[in-house]
Amino acid sequence: MTAFLDIHLRRNNRALLAWLVLGGLLVYFLHIHPRGASIGVLSAWANQGTALAFLAVGQTIVVMSRGVDLSIGPIMALTNCLASHLVNGGPLELAFGIAIVVLAGAVCGAINGIVVVVGKIQPIIATLATGAIYSGFALIIRPIPGGSIDETLSELTTGDLAGILPSSIVVLLVLVCLFWLPVSKASLGRSIVAVGSSEQAAYMSGLKVDRAKIAAYTLGGIFASFSGLFIGFQTLSGDPSIGLPYTLNSIAAVVIGGTALTGGAGSVLGSIAGALILRTIGSLIFFTGLPPLAQPLFEGTVLLVAVAFGATRLLRINNRLEVFQ
Amino acid sequence: MRAVSFVTSFDGPTKAIAVAMLLLLAVGGAYYHQFLSPMYLMQQLQNGAFLGIVAAGAMMVILLGHIDLSVPWTITASATLATALVGTSPEALVSERGLVAGLGAGLLIGLINGLGVAYLRIPSMIWTLVTNNIILGVCVFYSGFYALRSQPSPVMSALGAGQLFGIPCAVLVWFAVSAAIVFLLRRSRTGRYIYAVGTHEPAAYLSGIDTRKVIVFAFVVAGLCSAIAGMLLTGYAGQSYQRMGDPYLLPGIAAVVLGGSSLFGGRGSYSGTVAGVLLITLISSMLSIMQAPEAAKQICYGVVIILMVGLYSRAAPAN
Repeated sequence: MTAFLDIHLRRNNRALLAWLVLGGLLVYFLHIHPRGASIGVLSAWANQGTALAFLAVGQTIVVMSRGVDLSIGPIMALTNCLASHLVNGGPLELAFGIAIVVLAGAVCGAINGIVVVVGKIQPIIATLATGAIYSGFALIIRPIPGGSIDETLSELTTGDLAGILPSSIVVLLVLVCLFWLPVSKASLGRSIVAVGSSEQAAYMSGLKVDRAKIAAYTLGGIFASFSGLFIGFQTLSGDPSIGLPYTLNSIAAVVIGGTALTGGAGSVLGSIAGALILRTIGSLIFFTGLPPLAQPLFEGTVLLVAVAFGATRLLRINNRLEVFQ
Repeated sequence: MRAVSFVTSFDGPTKAIAVAMLLLLAVGGAYYHQFLSPMYLMQQLQNGAFLGIVAAGAMMVILLGHIDLSVPWTITASATLATALVGTSPEALVSERGLVAGLGAGLLIGLINGLGVAYLRIPSMIWTLVTNNIILGVCVFYSGFYALRSQPSPVMSALGAGQLFGIPCAVLVWFAVSAAIVFLLRRSRTGRYIYAVGTHEPAAYLSGIDTRKVIVFAFVVAGLCSAIAGMLLTGYAGQSYQRMGDPYLLPGIAAVVLGGSSLFGGRGSYSGTVAGVLLITLISSMLSIMQAPEAAKQICYGVVIILMVGLYSRAAPAN
């Protein structure tokens, strides 16, 4: 039992650290915000980070299977453009529209998985290629930014819940609990992590390796579609080029959240903290009076510090050969 | 070391690409006669030279099983620094300090990339992503969101936009870079080390290779290649501009992979990389001439990569 606890702590201590950093940043942010700590400020803060947080969750699941999804931004843009056509009208049409959008995300993700598994193509290059295809389709669906999205849903998801909690965070957590928690507890989720840890060992143990990989990418696509929907609720429109900066930021959020890109372990919650940290830093710079031009440099430095933590592993090795792992 | 003849160095992927390009030219040429004109083909070489030099650097790193994501801002930063030193009134010789500084910037960025990957052991995908972000930050902080008004030095203009005996100078530079890379990979000890480290680093280390120096060296070459491409692009466009390096990262990696190099390292031939560059350049130019919308280009690009790379990896024996 203590061994289990030890492993659990060791695996999640960096996620915990990410949440502590986020807490500190948030307190400081609310402290210096001219309007002070209020639910309005808190909701606006949460809204800024939620789209990236959804992507970071999807990216984490793929990374845990020792893959990477460079098409996650394009899937987000594609589903966002779809939503700007479909998420309108009466309750039935809305439900139908959202279902189609999420389905589209799932299909894109599944295609990624199939290309990786059947084509035996390395994930970086496979998702780079499918990403180009999804971007193309996003441009066909909506050549220039525009369209419209139901405003009631927008207010529901970007406002606050009874004046206590930002509803975007609630939506985020509920969807993670609905779509990832059950999977992570089931054998499918275990298989995803096992495949990421050692594909050969997973195969030898009789796990369905291919199915686990495809499932990981499909979940990535589903969470990317949530992100596309949420961006739609924020902007009330569709934009085919919106995904560009998000792909690399989602990877950065995963790293800051403490998930190793080598797969086999990871924390979805840590990545959510990572995404919110990235966005909070952006807002902080805006209010602290640092020159806005220094913002990219500052963000880069934060990423550098987060990454440098990975190098502390070198201090613990006993055998020179372990360096190469 | 056995001498490898030029003909046998054409491996499967190179041949597959050659066939694909001939097909494209034949089918395209039947509809649009300009595809077969020497002028058009020379223009393609000029367009391909920039990508070709970037891909040469990318390949060095990919052969090690690493990746360099800092290409976009290495190009932009070296070009920005070079033009800033040249200023608005280029003079002979004095202005060339811009060219030297630009190339030096590429070397330095490559060195930082290499040190982080080789000595700090941070995965290259993350480390170069971070250095890319930091360089972006430095550039934006230094010059604002718009590039300063500035010009390339005379040599940069001549190499980027000039011609020698009807051949664009940029293509000649690409030839020179290619010759150096081929010599390095096939004739030098370092080249052998690169393949060895890419195949299995612990084994290379146990055979007495200082694998960390090899990794640093490859990243320095990659940084230098990006800087050379940045200098040529500046000369070609007559200025440096923000995001000028963005269109070269993914096509550069795609060209290397299309050419049959494995992203896991240890496998790949330079002729394949050149073929990959030519194929990508040809496809994007043909689609432009046919006035295909951006969307169709993207889709086409993605489908070609999946088909070709899928073909190679399914044809290769499972390991």
